Amino acid sequence: MTPSTSAVTSAPMLRLARFRDLALLPAIALLVLVGALIDSAFLSADNIINVLQQQTELSLLVLAESIILIAGKFDLSLESTVGLAPALAVGLVIPAASNGLGTELPGWTAIPLCLLIGALVGAFNGLLIVRFKLSAFIVTLGMLIVLRGLQIGFTGGQNLFELPESFLYLGNARWLGLPASIWICGVLFAAGIVVLGYFRHGRSIYAIGGNIDAARAAGIRTDQVVWTVFVLGGLLAALAGLLMTGRLGSVAADQGNGMIFTVFAAAVIGGVSMDGGKGTLFGALCGVLVLGLINNILTLAGVSAQWIQAIYGAIILLALIMARLTSGKAQD
Amino acid sequence: MSIAVEARNVTKRFGPTVALDGVGISIAEGETHALVGRNGAGKSTLVSILTGLQRPDEGEVRFGGEPAPPIADRDAWRRRVACVYQKSTIIPTLTVAENLFLNRQSGRGPIRWKNLRDRANELLAQYGLDVDARLVAGELSVEQRQLVEIARALSFGARFIILDEPTAQLDGPAIKRLFERMRALREQGVTMLFISHHLDEVYEICQTVTVYRDARHVLSAPVADLPHDELVAAMTGEAAASYRSRDRTPDPAAPVVLQATGLGLQGRYREVNLSVRAGEIVGLAGSGGSGKVSLAETLVGLRKADTGTVTVNGSVPRPGDVTAALRAGLGFVPRDRHHEGFVPLLSIAENATFPIAHKLGRFGVVSPAKRRAKAKRLIEDLAIKASGPEQAVGELSGGNAQKAVMARALADDPKALVVINPTVGVDVKSKQVLLTAVEDAVDRGAGAVLVSDELEDLRICDRVLVMFHGRVVKELPRGWAEAELVAVMEGVGN
Repeated sequence: MTPSTSAVTSAPMLRLARFRDLALLPAIALLVLVGALIDSAFLSADNIINVLQQQTELSLLVLAESIILIAGKFDLSLESTVGLAPALAVGLVIPAASNGLGTELPGWTAIPLCLLIGALVGAFNGLLIVRFKLSAFIVTLGMLIVLRGLQIGFTGGQNLFELPESFLYLGNARWLGLPASIWICGVLFAAGIVVLGYFRHGRSIYAIGGNIDAARAAGIRTDQVVWTVFVLGGLLAALAGLLMTGRLGSVAADQGNGMIFTVFAAAVIGGVSMDGGKGTLFGALCGVLVLGLINNILTLAGVSAQWIQAIYGAIILLALIMARLTSGKAQD
Repeated sequence: MSIAVEARNVTKRFGPTVALDGVGISIAEGETHALVGRNGAGKSTLVSILTGLQRPDEGEVRFGGEPAPPIADRDAWRRRVACVYQKSTIIPTLTVAENLFLNRQSGRGPIRWKNLRDRANELLAQYGLDVDARLVAGELSVEQRQLVEIARALSFGARFIILDEPTAQLDGPAIKRLFERMRALREQGVTMLFISHHLDEVYEICQTVTVYRDARHVLSAPVADLPHDELVAAMTGEAAASYRSRDRTPDPAAPVVLQATGLGLQGRYREVNLSVRAGEIVGLAGSGGSGKVSLAETLVGLRKADTGTVTVNGSVPRPGDVTAALRAGLGFVPRDRHHEGFVPLLSIAENATFPIAHKLGRFGVVSPAKRRAKAKRLIEDLAIKASGPEQAVGELSGGNAQKAVMARALADDPKALVVINPTVGVDVKSKQVLLTAVEDAVDRGAGAVLVSDELEDLRICDRVLVMFHGRVVKELPRGWAEAELVAVMEGVGN
């Protein structure tokens, strides 16, 4: 290819690249239309807010996973952190009689503890993956099992009910008429989009995922960035757990269990590459919305609870196939 | 003339292997200095030491008479030395603009993309590169990518640039353009270290040459005073002439073992007729876009032609089916050994015997003993330098890995052999072994097609078909003149 011909052919490709981010918007519009036709209640403010709030925890995990995937890594353990971080934090605060650990720390420490535990889990993942060069897939698969096991171990498999007041606040509060969790997600996604799009540190994540040797040669501290990304991932997962606990009013023993498949599906449908270096947080957010709408529509359409899982999974696979066909490139 | 870059008494060990043994190099300001040596001579290690990616165990590096900066100070290194590595350091998923200013997209605060693109266009224009800064770097051609890397390397302000085998992946016209650029840079006073396996390139573009052999410094001399055979002798350690092809008179009545009739592939080549008899080597020459590689890949079944048929040893294997072609009695060496040639983690024995695994045991069982024996013979035949048949091909040097690929092609005594660019990135001695292997196979009664960008390789052919824009435009018998061949390849011949 000579330079001049490439310059000519580049123009339409560039335009496409700019719109790839918006590729899911028609799908979202279509789903909204379908939803409105199926049930008039679909477009009510209550239902919309409900859909959004149900997706907040998932969307935080997708935010975390997308950043990790863009850096060219993997984290399966996020879903266990969603359960363990709040459970352990609460366990340290509530009395032994309520299945606590008996330390009975002051109530206000529960939230900082929860976030700290998430960050520590991420830091430990990072330690094994960055420092000891273990495969991210196997490390986080191991952590997925270990963290879940820890939670079941020290709670005795019980749900935790008697939570400190502060712990319930974020999952229930409404700010300016909207649930606080929606605000939190919105702000975090906005911050993520800006940092990954417009800041050197954010761009270095793309560089690392695209070609880690080249990134290192360009002077990027690759180990440090990858480690930070894992810590951030753990932190966001803990926050998701906090919101979920608040919304449900208890820490279930299987809180977060099985979410990771949906997380990956949303990220990939949203255009984040499993190979690293590709994708945007806006796209990932659209992926979350698509899955959320599908879920809501299936419920409104009265699909029986026994079948909803199979249908939901099949639709996700279908969406992946569609994404592969519309992008025209092999999905990696 | 003052010395721009100097390495003194540099020693570097990796475990038990000595990669560099007290070597030195001294590069004068403003010259283009060649570094040559066989695979494993220590060239790559010297590059990583001169660019500050590795610390020498002993010895020192000096820039303009001053000691090199500490290893941790990447910015200081980048201001002194720039490098275009063999392996791309472009990030394919980011735009050209962002690649140019990676990790320095902005000072403090957010990146202003418009501003970044403007700066990128300015930089590209400064080096006369016609590349769109908004393009995703993965879409660039190899040549464009390399030029972007050169521009980026120089944009740090370095006046010394290392080019590590820049011509290995380029075709003739692109190499010419690269050399024009290098001359222009030299006129601007840029000092260059040029690494290549192609000695004619050294004579064309460099003023001084340094030779390393087996981790030691052998000689440094002005290129003009050094005859070609002395340079080869310095590299190989013996007075080796260039490869001498054998005399051979193909039998015109010998059976046709590989034939293409009316072969055509949209956008690649059309109306190609070709027949190769047992005991002859047919060369395919042509520039990068001539379709010669696509044609060869169609012959072996890696591609499927739109029209026409390929006949292997009297039968017509299913088009686009490599397995069928191999079963019909074909062996081939693919274009890119890293990509299609071998499985790096598997042993030489396994790599070399993939196509004949069914003959090494019954009911899908592969007998390790038989495989080992077969592989041992192939290793001896091709003089593969390895610790044994069990060594992974990925650990071998370029030339030896290519021999392993050749071993695979020859494992089943093919009736028809298709060999694509067998000598890319391969040192002088390995090159001779590889060409000998092809000639041996033909003497045993095979017919061969040899595709090569390396005109010297084509000397072993009994006739050379020249392709231009997808058509075979000329057939040259043995003994062609290089000027004539190049003229036809470039489309200026009659």
